[in-house]
Amino acid sequence: MNFFLSITPWPVLSALLWIVLVVAALYFARPTAHKLILAAGNSLHKMFRTASVSVAGAESGLANRNREVLLAAGREAKERIVEREFDRINETVRKDLSNYSALHRSLSESIGRIEQDHKDAVDVPPDPPGWVKAVEAVANIDSREGRVGIGNVLSDIHKSLVKAHKEAMVMYHEASGKRHELLRKMRPEWRQIQQTLGKVGKNVDSLLNRSVTIDRHMQEYEDMVKGEDRAVSILSSSSLVYFFVSALVLVVALGGATINFSLIARPMAEMVGGTTLIGGFKTADIAALVIIMVEISMGLFLMESLRITRLFPVIGALPDKTRIRMIWITFTMLFLLASVEAGLAYMREVLLHDELATSALLRGDGDVALSGDYMWITTAAQMGMGFILPFALTFVAIPLETFVHSLRTVIGLLAIGILRFLSLSLRLLGSGFRYLGVLCTQLYDLPLFIPLWWAARETENAASAKTSFSEI
Amino acid sequence: MKLFSALASCLLLASCGASQSNNSGVYMLVDTSGTYREEIQKAEQIIRYTLSRLDATDSFAVARIDTGSFSEKDIVAKMTFDDRPSMINRQKRLFAEQVQTFVDDSRSSQYTDITGGLLQAVEFLNEKKPAAKTVLIFSDLKEELEEGYIRDISIELDGFDVIALNVTKLRSDNVDPREYLTRLDEWQARVEKSGGSWRVVNDLDGLEGLL
Repeated sequence: MNFFLSITPWPVLSALLWIVLVVAALYFARPTAHKLILAAGNSLHKMFRTASVSVAGAESGLANRNREVLLAAGREAKERIVEREFDRINETVRKDLSNYSALHRSLSESIGRIEQDHKDAVDVPPDPPGWVKAVEAVANIDSREGRVGIGNVLSDIHKSLVKAHKEAMVMYHEASGKRHELLRKMRPEWRQIQQTLGKVGKNVDSLLNRSVTIDRHMQEYEDMVKGEDRAVSILSSSSLVYFFVSALVLVVALGGATINFSLIARPMAEMVGGTTLIGGFKTADIAALVIIMVEISMGLFLMESLRITRLFPVIGALPDKTRIRMIWITFTMLFLLASVEAGLAYMREVLLHDELATSALLRGDGDVALSGDYMWITTAAQMGMGFILPFALTFVAIPLETFVHSLRTVIGLLAIGILRFLSLSLRLLGSGFRYLGVLCTQLYDLPLFIPLWWAARETENAASAKTSFSEI
Repeated sequence: MKLFSALASCLLLASCGASQSNNSGVYMLVDTSGTYREEIQKAEQIIRYTLSRLDATDSFAVARIDTGSFSEKDIVAKMTFDDRPSMINRQKRLFAEQVQTFVDDSRSSQYTDITGGLLQAVEFLNEKKPAAKTVLIFSDLKEELEEGYIRDISIELDGFDVIALNVTKLRSDNVDPREYLTRLDEWQARVEKSGGSWRVVNDLDGLEGLL
């Protein structure tokens, strides 16, 4: 520093001299320095922009792939749903409408019987009364012939009339009774027809409802095949919901597995010893963990064999006979493992009692009888849990499948988000460098304001002189 | 198939190499000489506590200190616990029964051969090769040897924890406490010189940190 200030006897003069020299140097290097700064800024801008475009391209590719994966998964799910709906329709048709001919015959017979009864129940017009002819005969008697015997005749007619009326009434009542009897016999036939038709109607309604559902699913399926944004959006949000729900269920299952582990880890020491270690972990713990893992695997295979899940297409594609064999094998193994667990849970309780008794003895409490009346409850509960938990863990396959499938989408969405953020950051950084270059040139010019002002003035003078000269 | 073989080999190697010994060995010397015989109930209490703290593959032995203690005959009970929990409990109960019999039938001895007992303890524990070796000495630490017994010998106590329990004050200690303190200092110096660590626990209500 002293050197810089000692080039003349007066430090101020030295400083001023240095300032003039530096400003002059900066002024003369100005065009090159500006070019350099702007070139550096632009280069960085282009570099980051290229990187941003590249990342955006990767993001776009990933988004497309995610979209395809999502649509493929959605299509597969829809195919399964539609297939299941068709299975149900098939079942309905097979079960309820396969005996349609018998139903038709039953209906025809019922209708035939009703027709017959209806024919029989037709109201027969009563015979004309016998006294009509007698009245006609009386009317035809000539007055000349005298009407002496008319009173008797009329009396006879009255008698006949009363008799005929009585007979007619009896016959009418009999006929009405028969008709009513026939009509009463028709009632159960009507009811049967009504019931049969009701059943048919219900089946048809069910089929219609199913066809509406299938229509809806098919519409959604078509949207997916067309790759419409709406379908992708629905599938994406569904995937997120499935992901969180399945994760929650898996956490619950993990809790169950932990309880299961604690039930069998301690008594497992009886089988494999309590002190040997594998990789720093107790062999008994590893053995217990292996049992639980095998149970979960068996559960997965069972679910696959039952075609409830589709994690292993090989199992789903097996012939039915082999698949059913596999169901029985996996179920048997699961049953045996559950029985082993129940036994171990019992052993755990026995060990616990033994240990408590030993501790009591060592404490000097004497041989404490721990087998109270209620102790069987905890033993039974532990054994029950040991037996049930393996079967309960079987159902982990369902949320696991959903989790695995939705995980792909969720990871894809996360990766897209990260890439989008990265692309934006790179773009912003590129623009930042560009404007930083411009800012640097301005900052470079800041100490050169005197020569720049002078140069500008000179340029203006030169320009005005040139204008004056041209005017002259 | 190759991958499976490699995995199986790794697992086998891990299972072979990872088995670590973290067991402990405890040898307890119980002084039965003179009036100290009356303290034997406390010794039983410590033995029971020690039993409750020991686990699979640990070794435990209880021996009396009498006229000549460098002998297997003075071992009252000894046990190396199995690694199965049910067996361990059975062994502990058996051990407690043996100790109970000893407590009931023990008679006071005329002399106190602590050094002989310590030698026997070292021999026993070295033979068992536990990861941690502890010698509990339940005595007033006043050694009285019968004429002819030579105990002025060095003991290799490297890696041993020697804990003196219930070091009671004798009548003469009350008259001159320096005797008691000197006795303790001498034993500490002897043990530490031999490579072991030394500790005194007189409060039997606070046995939590014993092992």
